[in-house]
Amino acid sequence: MPIDQGERKARILALLDSVPDPEIPVISIRELGILRDVLFDGDAVEVIITPTYSGCPAMYAIEEDVLAALAAAGIDNARVRMVLSPVWTTDWMSVAAREKLRRYGIAPPGPVPRDEQGAQVVKMHFVKARAPVLPACPLCGSPNTELLSEFGSTSCKALYRCVSCREPFDYFKPY
Amino acid sequence: MASAAHVDYLLRLGDNALILGQRLSEWCGHGPVLEEDIALSNIALDLIGQARLLLAHAGSLMPVPQTEDDLAYLRDQFAFRNFTMLELPNSGLEKGQQQRDYAFTIARNFLFSVYAVEQWTALSTSSDVQLAAIAAKSLKEARYHVRHATDWMLRFGDGTDESHHRAQAALVALWPYANEFFSTDATEADTAAQGIGVTGASLRPGWQATVSSVIAQATLKEPPPSHFSSTGKLGRHSEHFGFLLAEMQSLARAHPGAQW
Repeated sequence: MPIDQGERKARILALLDSVPDPEIPVISIRELGILRDVLFDGDAVEVIITPTYSGCPAMYAIEEDVLAALAAAGIDNARVRMVLSPVWTTDWMSVAAREKLRRYGIAPPGPVPRDEQGAQVVKMHFVKARAPVLPACPLCGSPNTELLSEFGSTSCKALYRCVSCREPFDYFKPY
Repeated sequence: MASAAHVDYLLRLGDNALILGQRLSEWCGHGPVLEEDIALSNIALDLIGQARLLLAHAGSLMPVPQTEDDLAYLRDQFAFRNFTMLELPNSGLEKGQQQRDYAFTIARNFLFSVYAVEQWTALSTSSDVQLAAIAAKSLKEARYHVRHATDWMLRFGDGTDESHHRAQAALVALWPYANEFFSTDATEADTAAQGIGVTGASLRPGWQATVSSVIAQATLKEPPPSHFSSTGKLGRHSEHFGFLLAEMQSLARAHPGAQW
């Protein structure tokens, strides 16, 4: 890539770093791993994003926010393209992003459980002694938490309750 | 230029997601408890998202390209390719039953989502690159669907007399419709040969192993095999399907081309 294009790309990526996730405004789409690349087609700018959950309605808002951010910076000839592969995973979330989540009151995702081949596994059977992965309470830090609902306020989150401080909290599920 | 079998195969995948998504959406606001209302709505949302990706892909490969909306809202019965099991009413199959039946809904999710995990795992290496990408994604979501459904099958089966009885009745009613998952036909044979798809028959052993294990753990009885085979994936649907389409499509058909 010619030097000026490389610089252009870096500037646009930095600009788009200011676009937050619509549901979790403390993290940017870049930190979440949704923003994947910026390509050039002559004068036109093409922003590549990867969707999270298949039905995630926030992706519309993200697309609009990206175009709005570019337009505000004077870049009108832009489009957003959704690319499914490589598939988005919470493993792409940076350590800094996880800490921001926790401070916002959302327990960050644990590592995606994988087998020896690296393929993702999800325990299929109910374990009588509660779900094996218990996130720590993002409010008081206690490990003594319990699952309220596998599906929370959004597809990506589950609902837990802290047994110590009795506050409910969202958990960002490993994906 | 995609073959007719390729497009047909994609429509089957997309329609399964769309029609089950539609049925689960009917629970929104009517769940037995708030957490389950939210769970089923979220599962429906995942499925509808998958349907959008699959139908958009299928539509793009047609001789005259169609959008996901064209396919969801403007096709008639004979053009839909979903498994009949997924279009059955949430109230179950007993005559005169009007009330939504949670055991029936969960048992259906159980039987189908275990199949979906097998299917998406196999399709993650499809020679159709876009399908492989959709499969890798749908697999992650299907695994959470399986976990939700199997949790409830175990609670129902190994629960009270009433929950056990209802779960057993649901399994018995749904079991014959599972045969359709595994019957091979020209579309499947064709696309499997091209490395695009997989035959349902190849997915049966994995499905059977998981299903039998969960049923046993739930202290339920596996229904005996039946020779019945439903034909939804061939476009020949049950008497319930017309009503489902009427509800799903009437608004779009009343206002053609309308935009939000």
